[in-house]
Amino acid sequence: MSNILDELQPIFQDIFEDDELSITAESNADTVEDWDSLAHITLIFAIEQEFEIKFALGELEAMKNVGDMVELMQIKLSK
Amino acid sequence: MFIESLNYPFNTKTILRKRRSIRKELSLQKDLKDIKVALLGGSTTSDILNFVEIFLLNAGFRPTFFESEYGKYFEDVVVDDSELRAFKPDIVFIHTTHVNLINAPKLFSSDAEVESCLRAEMEYYEAIWSKLSEELNCLIIQNNFDLPFLRSLGNLDSTEIYGKTNFLNRLNLEFSSAARQNPKLIINDINYLSYQVGLNQWYDPDYWYSYKMAVTPLGSIYLGHAIVKLICAAYGKTRKCLVLDLDNTMWGGVIGDDGLEGIKIGRETPQGEAFTAFQEYCKELNERGILLAVCSKNELDNAQGGFSHPDSVLKLDNFTSFQANWDPKPGNIENIAAEISIGLDSLVFVDDNPAERSLVSAQLPPVATPDVGNEVSHFAEFIEREGYFEVTNISRDDVKRAVSYADNQQRAKYKTKFADYNEFLESLEMKAEIGPFSPTYLDRISQLTNKTNQFNLTTKRYTFAEMHAMAESPEYITLYGRLEDRFGDNGLITVVTGKLNENQVHIDLWFMSCRVIKRDMELAMLDALVLKAIKNGSEELIGYYYQTQKNGMVADHYSKLGFKLVSEAEDQSSSVWKLELKNYEMRNKNIKKIEYV
Repeated sequence: MSNILDELQPIFQDIFEDDELSITAESNADTVEDWDSLAHITLIFAIEQEFEIKFALGELEAMKNVGDMVELMQIKLSK
Repeated sequence: MFIESLNYPFNTKTILRKRRSIRKELSLQKDLKDIKVALLGGSTTSDILNFVEIFLLNAGFRPTFFESEYGKYFEDVVVDDSELRAFKPDIVFIHTTHVNLINAPKLFSSDAEVESCLRAEMEYYEAIWSKLSEELNCLIIQNNFDLPFLRSLGNLDSTEIYGKTNFLNRLNLEFSSAARQNPKLIINDINYLSYQVGLNQWYDPDYWYSYKMAVTPLGSIYLGHAIVKLICAAYGKTRKCLVLDLDNTMWGGVIGDDGLEGIKIGRETPQGEAFTAFQEYCKELNERGILLAVCSKNELDNAQGGFSHPDSVLKLDNFTSFQANWDPKPGNIENIAAEISIGLDSLVFVDDNPAERSLVSAQLPPVATPDVGNEVSHFAEFIEREGYFEVTNISRDDVKRAVSYADNQQRAKYKTKFADYNEFLESLEMKAEIGPFSPTYLDRISQLTNKTNQFNLTTKRYTFAEMHAMAESPEYITLYGRLEDRFGDNGLITVVTGKLNENQVHIDLWFMSCRVIKRDMELAMLDALVLKAIKNGSEELIGYYYQTQKNGMVADHYSKLGFKLVSEAEDQSSSVWKLELKNYEMRNKNIKKIEYV
């Protein structure tokens, strides 16, 4: 879990253009500044490209925070 | 820092992740041209707007945007245009795609029914276009249609008139015909662009269902670039002249060394095919009015002779300016611009040699110098995908203009100084390896001996066995040189041999590949030779120059190195030179690392 979160840090830092940004499992659109819909799409697409995975439609809607996302990624990456 | 990722082939991962930094960095530029762009979308446009903005900034524009509400492209123009009018756009981009098709024909529709669908669809767009071009008086960039992601009719979808593919293709032809009649209407051919990106990369149903994006973020990068290229074209920011290197760019091989018969061009070999194809592409550009020029390190006669090759597609009279000499290329490129009387920002420079490209892009930033690599089969792709020669209309006058430039060649030329050529050499981070002939290199050395013609003082040819004997003999000093720079390893590129005779060293061979000319490698070789000579107790070097048809460029080699003339044939076909070794000072300064083996 921590491993994927570590790998996500630089992607978040790039997209939100903030080298100091440190996301946690609890981070979500409410806690991260500028996390608007465009940033969200960019984030999902960048993660899909970098990790060569694909999120399904329902999965994205069910995610409440980065922790949920990491959990989901863990399952996808272990397949 | 990440701006280079915007060059073809786009580094899409970097662009996607670093877009905020890229945008910020580009926004700091000064003297940008203000432009107002309205984006009217039949699907989500925020991502596209983002990339249009980045590419516009990169092209020297500072845009402000108007974005229609989601899907309100028709209403914002035809129903209530007050907001759009108040914005006063210079450009309106209408982003519609196959998902916006309203009047798709039903299965088994008759000819007449399909025709009425086509009319209905066209009327809808014509209403938008006429309003914009007649009342708002702005330029319209209109997507044509990409093909549907799915086609339940399979291949028949394109065959049958009620097939969606068939219908969209017909609609695209109608769009083209409308654009031919309306100078303010420009078609953005996403039909082609989506093929190029690949339909599976261009459209993703999940992004449509989730975000109403009719083009993926990846596809949006290409789309943003394409729109900006059209805007540049509409504002006359189109390049006019293609400047070409010759050896390994226009033909395979080095004409000065390989001769006219030795260069690779024509249909006989795969390599020859690729060079022929590139020449054909350049010729097509020339025929539509793009000027061609040559910038090559070569003897003028050799260089021009290349185009007399029976398989050469291009002939001398296709070129408006022809610079072939041994001077640094940036000066020659400035000469080309001056001779044709166009700005440096009208030029595109193509050269297979990364060091030349680096020098030109560092010294002449306005010249477009794409990193075309060294495979001729991809050169045209770089030129085209960058959209350097994109225009919004074309006429026979463009071609006439090309001819009149060519007629006007006799213009005053001017010389250019290069204060920082040393700086350039330093930037190459050159590393040399110099050593006596060794068995591993003998093959390469004999090969080079027999094919080097230009930078070759004596043009003596030796067989492998003779070379081997020389390497073993205590009477000879033998030296080879390898040169590496930050672009890669040039390999073994130069050889010097000398025969010891009492207190003298007679230089028997001295040649070097033209690829590394003007890199100071000859100075490094002289230093190495002198060190060896002194070690052997010699006091003088004796150099010989034997003139051939091809080695005119080294006639003054020894005089440039400070040798004194001892004797010269009456017809100057040969000369003998001498250098005293007392108080010799090392010459090479720019090759920082030399390894003596």
